[in-house]
Amino acid sequence: MSKTSLRTSPAEGGLGDEPLLAVEDLHVEFATRAGVVRAVNGVSYSLNPGETLAVLGESGSGKSVTAQAIMGILDMPPARIPKGEIRFRGTDLLKLSDEARTQVRGQRISMIFQDALSALNPVFTVGWQISEMFRVHRGMSKRDAMAKAVELMDRVRIPAAKQRIHDYPHQFSGGMRQRIMIAMSIALDPEVLIADEPTTALDVTVQAQIMELLAELQRESNMGLILITHDLGVVADVADKIAVMYAGRIVENAPVYDIYRAPAHPYTKGLLESIPRVDLKGQELYAIKGLPPNLLDMPTGCAFHPRCPYRQDNCVTDAPPLYGISGARNSACHYWREVLDGDPR
Amino acid sequence: MSDTPQAGPAGPDTQTLTPEQTPVAPPSRGRRRKKEGKPASLWTDAWHDLRRRPMFIFSLVLIAILLIMSFWPSLFTSINPMDARTCDLASARQGPSAGHIFGRDNLGCDVYARTIYGASNSILIGVSTTIITGIVGGLLGLIAGARGGLTDTVSSRVTEVFFAIPQILGALLITATFRDKGLGIWIVVIALSVLAWPMTFRIMRAAVITARSQDFVVAARALGASQSRVMFGHLLPNAIAPVIVVATINLGGFIAAEAALSFLGVGVQSPDISWGLMIADARSRFLEAPLPLVFPAVFLSITVLAFIMMGDAVRDALDPKLR
Amino acid sequence: MATQGERILEVRDLVKHFPLTQGIMFKKQIGAIKAVDGVSFELNKGETLGIVGESGCGKSTLAKVLMALERPTSGSVVINGRDMAKAKGSELKRMRRNIQMVMQDPYTSLNPRMTVGDIVGEPFEIHTEVAPKGDRRRKVQELLEVVGLNPDHINRYPHQFSGGQRQRIGIARGLALQPEIIVCDEPVSALDVSIQAQVINLLERLQNEFGLAYIFIAHDLSVVRHISDRVAVMYLGKMVELGKDLEIYDRPAHPYTQALLSAVPVPDPEGRESRERIILQGDPPSPANPPSGCRFRTRCWKAQEICATEEPLLQIRPGTAHLSACHFAETHDVVHAG
Repeated sequence: MSKTSLRTSPAEGGLGDEPLLAVEDLHVEFATRAGVVRAVNGVSYSLNPGETLAVLGESGSGKSVTAQAIMGILDMPPARIPKGEIRFRGTDLLKLSDEARTQVRGQRISMIFQDALSALNPVFTVGWQISEMFRVHRGMSKRDAMAKAVELMDRVRIPAAKQRIHDYPHQFSGGMRQRIMIAMSIALDPEVLIADEPTTALDVTVQAQIMELLAELQRESNMGLILITHDLGVVADVADKIAVMYAGRIVENAPVYDIYRAPAHPYTKGLLESIPRVDLKGQELYAIKGLPPNLLDMPTGCAFHPRCPYRQDNCVTDAPPLYGISGARNSACHYWREVLDGDPR
Repeated sequence: MSDTPQAGPAGPDTQTLTPEQTPVAPPSRGRRRKKEGKPASLWTDAWHDLRRRPMFIFSLVLIAILLIMSFWPSLFTSINPMDARTCDLASARQGPSAGHIFGRDNLGCDVYARTIYGASNSILIGVSTTIITGIVGGLLGLIAGARGGLTDTVSSRVTEVFFAIPQILGALLITATFRDKGLGIWIVVIALSVLAWPMTFRIMRAAVITARSQDFVVAARALGASQSRVMFGHLLPNAIAPVIVVATINLGGFIAAEAALSFLGVGVQSPDISWGLMIADARSRFLEAPLPLVFPAVFLSITVLAFIMMGDAVRDALDPKLR
Repeated sequence: MATQGERILEVRDLVKHFPLTQGIMFKKQIGAIKAVDGVSFELNKGETLGIVGESGCGKSTLAKVLMALERPTSGSVVINGRDMAKAKGSELKRMRRNIQMVMQDPYTSLNPRMTVGDIVGEPFEIHTEVAPKGDRRRKVQELLEVVGLNPDHINRYPHQFSGGQRQRIGIARGLALQPEIIVCDEPVSALDVSIQAQVINLLERLQNEFGLAYIFIAHDLSVVRHISDRVAVMYLGKMVELGKDLEIYDRPAHPYTQALLSAVPVPDPEGRESRERIILQGDPPSPANPPSGCRFRTRCWKAQEICATEEPLLQIRPGTAHLSACHFAETHDVVHAG
């Protein structure tokens, strides 16, 4: 690997066919007392500059673990990456030295989390924490870094930034704390921002503010955004393309309009149909039957088969590959054609 | 619980890895659960966990031996040290020999037999003090934590007064004042209990306050459960684990404190035997005859250590965060 | 669903203030958090009233006061003609049989040291007159079956169940005393998306089967819409709008309701660029120090002088068919606009 290739600025382009970030056949497993948990099982997705990729999944689907692997913040052990590549501008991050990795983390790929309060240090002022990014990574003086911090707080629309810079995290509301987190994560102009359930803990009106802010920042800087969420509404609002995860695998992969118009995997279809709709008021909601699988004891074949209305015998024995449907669409279902056609169950 | 593939390292995304009672139970659970009617609770899980800890097994064996020693000392030695005829002043401070493997002390008594018989008082004092502080401190802590308000404020201030008393000074004061009342070793138990119950109180109170804010307590109140039902049915079972852990560790501490008091001459009095007393007696001639001091001191250290190790192991097993 | 049923709950001018105190030994009151500040509504047999609002609007405190877990500062909660807010001792205990709750977090709402049988059977232990001792085990098993759990699992502990199954256990406990009213406080928000629909269906089935009335508190507006006959919107301790589900969702009159509805992401990307979005500025003010007059005025784009001086009452306004608390109430369909 060459360090120089990592230094390519986005303006220089030179990406060719290589996306900004590409996850290729990633496997992550955890050694636990009860056995090896395969949390991520061959996940691939890619992200281009200015693009928003939504990774949709429930708890245990492996969506956050994948993101943590990209950031390089998994505790290893117990985690292990037996297989796969994470290419950032063509360089496999998994093969980089710890030192080179640190140069990427937080500077060129950064992340915001669901719980902003626990992600911020309670004993330092927010100004100190934001300016630390500039002091540590850019070697700025305290004074200059503080001035930059005020600038950033303005950019994420924190009112009276100049006065509030000396406040502590607990003095801010949940929405404002999430803004501070965002300010820290964009401080060094990253090319990829990973947002892990950024609005789950927030109220809807505040969620709308934060999502608008993220979209604006993305437009300004052309960064790639990976939005990890379980909320189908948020995804429909902002995503360009979607990767749906189930039990550590991607089950469907498509541009956002396609997936909402006609899902090609029974799980996606089930999720979409279980949303309460106005015209179905008073009727029973469609519910995916059964429970998410136990990662220690995965079903054979397709992991979704015990809950699937389209199941046939071969679903129990053969794990479906990601079938290409058209262009950028994929579905890991043997019967994706039937699902697309909306065959009656 | 021990078979929970813990979410800790994997982050929030793996929450549903908690044992799902899915249609297909994971193999490890199946093995553990013998039949449907005998499910795992916190305690059975803790026990399964403890059984696999060498430190726990080691301390358990040590404590078992110590308990047998204190109940049936005659199993370990044929000499009864309470009988003055077994002592022989002429052979005082004699080194180890065939019949007296630890040698003899200043008065010519058998050090081995006295050490064995000394276990009894040490353990008795340790266990009694633990039970008394557990009941008094635990009960008051439960009430204070469950009721809150004025009850809590007043009792918390009272314990703070007790915390302000220097421990050894307080114990010296109590034992020295009541030493002639014919209470025997119980004076030590009383002195230690009076000073130590606030510690149990605090731990119980904190655990109860944590439990009290949980939704299942609110649910019980919404059902119309009485105060005592909430306290003993819901709060106590969920708050007792840390108290048991600390009680086990404290037990070792009480034994050490008894030795300290006896050494200072206000604890166990002759002709009763105690390790602290033996250490005190042997101190004056330590340079000529170190063994009468070394043996009770080693036993004392091992005993204290065994209880602390046991407490540590129990804490690890009961701490859900580590699983 | 029967909306015309008899009235079983009537809440009048309910107020709950939590005193803010200073000092440890000698507490001095320095103010109050006005969590619920004058709320009135009624509930009919078999009906579902949805209550929506954001954190800090007082909806959870309202639930606690309804359940008599907190005593109201003033006002009344009348169930079948008797005021629960003033009831004490055995009368209160008897009244509790008629109003039960389902809580949000299925992980903390079940005692981890008790078996499922003990948890679901506890209502019978407390209200011994409901079921004779010999009957209880069978009753518990029946309840488990009703909520879709295996009755043989009566000896299992909560941690052996998944989140959705635990929520079913909580529902079974709430049903045990055969109440007429169940207060559901965010009953599905802690569950995985694919499980939420299962629990909502269960709640609806039970309502039809037992003629239950629900007070359904949630922040997920689409779920509330699906299950509710009427919806109340709360902001900073007050109800700002109350009406039939269609009236609230299609013809909202209060600016806050309009902003709330427009902020909810629609799970359909079609036309997302042209969708109307009202993005509110700032955060809700503290309930310890609410604005004078209309509490929403600090974030409202319609606010005028009168809003600061005169509090708008919850009443039917010109041009609207349902209750709203805004001087400038005007229906505006935000969901279907654009």
